[in-house]
Amino acid sequence: MLLFAASRLLRAALTILFVMTFAFVVLRLSGDPALLIMSVDAPPEAIKAFRQAWGLDQPIWDQYLSYIAHAFTGDFGKSMRDGRPAMDLVMERVPATLAITLPALALKIGLGIPAGIYAALHRNSFADRLTMAVSVAGFTMPSFVLALLLVLVFAVNLGWLPASGADSPSHAILPIITLGAAGAAIMARFTRSAMLEVLGQPYIRAASAKGVEWRRVISHHALPNAAIPTVTIIGFMIGSLVAGAVVVESVFAWPGVGRLLVSAVANRDLAVVQAILMVIAAWMVMANFTVDIAYGWLDPRVRGAAAGH
Amino acid sequence: MTLLEATDLRRHYKVRAGRGPFGAKATLRAVDGVSLKIEAGRTLGLVGESGCGKSTTGKLVLGLIAATAGTVRYAGNDMPPTGSAAWRALRPRMQMVYQDPLGALDRRLPVGVQIMEPLAIHGQASPAERRERAAEVMTAVGLQRHQFDRYPHELSGGQRQRVVLARALMTEPDLLVCDEPISALDVSIQAQVVNLLLDLQDRLGIAYLFISHDLRVVRQVSHEVAVMYLGRIVEQGEAESLFAQPTHPYTRALVSAIPVLGPRRERLLLQGDPPNPVDVPSGCAFHTRCPFAVATCRAEAPVLQPTADGRQVACHRADEPALQVAA
Amino acid sequence: MGVPLVEIAGLTVDFGNDWRSRAVDGVDLAIAPGEALGVVGESGSGKSVTWLAALGLLPARARVGGSVRLEGQQLVGAPARLLESVRGKRIAMIFQDPSSCLNPVHRIGRQLGEALKLHRGLSGAAGEAETLRLLDQVGIADAKRRLSDYPHQLSGGLNQRVMIAMALAGQPDLLVADEPTTALDATIQAQILALLAGIRRDTGMALVLISHDLGVVAENVSRVAVMYAGRLVEEGLGQDLFDAPRHPYTQGLLAALPTLTGPRRRLAAIPGTVPEPGKAPAGCSFAPRCPLAEPRCMSEPPASRRVGLLHRAACHLQIEPGFSAGALPRAAE
Repeated sequence: MLLFAASRLLRAALTILFVMTFAFVVLRLSGDPALLIMSVDAPPEAIKAFRQAWGLDQPIWDQYLSYIAHAFTGDFGKSMRDGRPAMDLVMERVPATLAITLPALALKIGLGIPAGIYAALHRNSFADRLTMAVSVAGFTMPSFVLALLLVLVFAVNLGWLPASGADSPSHAILPIITLGAAGAAIMARFTRSAMLEVLGQPYIRAASAKGVEWRRVISHHALPNAAIPTVTIIGFMIGSLVAGAVVVESVFAWPGVGRLLVSAVANRDLAVVQAILMVIAAWMVMANFTVDIAYGWLDPRVRGAAAGH
Repeated sequence: MTLLEATDLRRHYKVRAGRGPFGAKATLRAVDGVSLKIEAGRTLGLVGESGCGKSTTGKLVLGLIAATAGTVRYAGNDMPPTGSAAWRALRPRMQMVYQDPLGALDRRLPVGVQIMEPLAIHGQASPAERRERAAEVMTAVGLQRHQFDRYPHELSGGQRQRVVLARALMTEPDLLVCDEPISALDVSIQAQVVNLLLDLQDRLGIAYLFISHDLRVVRQVSHEVAVMYLGRIVEQGEAESLFAQPTHPYTRALVSAIPVLGPRRERLLLQGDPPNPVDVPSGCAFHTRCPFAVATCRAEAPVLQPTADGRQVACHRADEPALQVAA
Repeated sequence: MGVPLVEIAGLTVDFGNDWRSRAVDGVDLAIAPGEALGVVGESGSGKSVTWLAALGLLPARARVGGSVRLEGQQLVGAPARLLESVRGKRIAMIFQDPSSCLNPVHRIGRQLGEALKLHRGLSGAAGEAETLRLLDQVGIADAKRRLSDYPHQLSGGLNQRVMIAMALAGQPDLLVADEPTTALDATIQAQILALLAGIRRDTGMALVLISHDLGVVAENVSRVAVMYAGRLVEEGLGQDLFDAPRHPYTQGLLAALPTLTGPRRRLAAIPGTVPEPGKAPAGCSFAPRCPLAEPRCMSEPPASRRVGLLHRAACHLQIEPGFSAGALPRAAE
């Protein structure tokens, strides 16, 4: 088990290093930050001085190695805009993002899973078809369209909720619903098909043949098995807690990581973009790791797979 | 004439025995020193329980998977290495028929097109000749011409197995390796396919390696029979006498386990499951389940040896008359 | 036969709307307490569906008609609560693929314990003691260690023993074994069948053994019912039925079977295939494959007639014992 954990950690570290390298290369290829930040008609000396100050005049290899070396010490560079440490800028935005993505996750799970189970148990009923129709609408509609619709209805027409900003808890409601709706739709579909798959398994019929009442067959025999594939999708959703709100944060002017990313990219604020990508990668890797552990916990076949029975 | 001769074939797999990516490696000896001969126009039956290596042996003799060790000679020449041009040129001469006809067929293509496929792959004959030949072969296996344009799901299980057979026959092979060819079929349909296989052998002189767990069917189609246990042949001999008087204790248990319609016979009931092929017992692999095992059996692996009646048996106690009475 | 334990009368099962696609079409069958009855048939014969219908285990879209009585109590259309009290407690059932019939995420001990708590109210130490006794009864060595194993850690044969132990937990009057050894190797099949015979001897439990393998049935039951395309075509005491079958299908089935002893002869295959669902003929469903079929066979379904002591066959023709349709020359094969 220790070896297992160690190998997973090594793989995680390699993944993060890969993401950092990739982000570094792509960002350097995409244009000169000096020209953007200084404006094109700035005097050449000023631009040169800016490049020198940020080390942009060094060969790209040296820039890369020093970036990685500093990253190992926890130094992810400074924002080219206001000179503050990039990681600090990112970290102070994380709570705001989590403030909408965590409730949205609860909504996805709390709404999607029961809806999926209900649809599977009442397959081909009106309720099933309705749930699935709503779910198709939910995950085919782009989030900015849904966001605008919600704003039109609840902010503009009804005037119940604020349209954008982050001044009060009520400001969070529309972003949460926007984020949660699509995820709940995916969750419902996924849970339904996982559940239908399990309900067709011989052990479900065998449990009934044993005399177990149907409610208990569902709760004790079907659900624990249907949970196994569902964990994958929940893991994916947890993985996107930090990065999944870029569009929604922009639409609702919510001061989270996503909005910071959009402005940092627009400003060619390299250190900040890299720091954000780094945080997202680390978070994703952690979510994957958690999923693997959860798999082992839920599915004894995975747990014992390597034991060679 | 000997069509195919395999000598000391082995196929070992590295498997992980311990936990995690750094867990201990172990060797799974799927096939561990099998020698067999298939005569032209004759049938060798290969029987044994799941995991005994009989299917792997079937793939090894055709070179569909590479052997870890051992040699195969085909029509007097060494079998070319798997995947080489010479091997591919030889492939039309030897075909494989699998258990599940639906899985072996492409559900999106009419069966006629699939029957013609081997000729197309090996670049033989013009399209018109292929069609002509397909029609002949379909008639030979008892399919009707109008079924040429049917899709696999429109045919019954027995008809699909006929399609698979027809496809294998297109290149006029000398050898068919049939891996459980009728196990997926109902009893009344099994008889149709068994009769068809026998008729085809009569008319075309094809040799079969007939792999099956069903002893009754193997007896029906085979001239010779080899019995496998944990990757090795434990007994081999002429079909009728082998089933009438099995010598190796495993063969005896296997034969006596088959339920019959007539009066009940004495049954040699084995204890437990076959051992894990990753962890084959020392000495004779069967000693853990053998009611007659003695100390020698635990220490020394018996080799196949001819008995008085022309059988090959790998058992330390095969010659003891008392044992035959005990059964 | 005395008072039947289970009496099936006019049982029908439909999955579609067309009467031609009936999976079970008017089956009458009774089993006495302690009796061993074999049900033989090929795929699509309705042999399994009959018993799944009797226990209400078919999916909701299946429509079940007719009657199944357990000691007089009607099971067809019975409320869920009644059926749940019958399943496992009065009539237990085991299936073809034991490894996929056990819940993969629960330990063996827990799955057995569930049945014991349900049917006998046993839990805790008493439950565990009884679990161990059951595992021992079905011949599982080191039962204590097996309790914490998961199904995937056991072989198919061991899993079927666990399934049998679970079926015994409710001390049922009848065990329905649906192809219990089909997925197992020959030597393991022999072990499981010997185990079932031993349990029957010890407990007096009745057994319905459903199988496609005539040999398995012949060796393990006293009375046999042969099904074809959803109907019961012949029924009789085992030796009578196998020695002197009176329905052309049974005769054909026996002639199609290779043997392990005696001279090898060419198998007499039954031409054609089982009618597809929805394409059954109006008359006898075997008529299109029957070498003896007459015009009325195609139009009138034959009624079941008594042809001997406890021997019935559903055929228009009066086939004398000893005459075999399977030995007739075939037009097409």
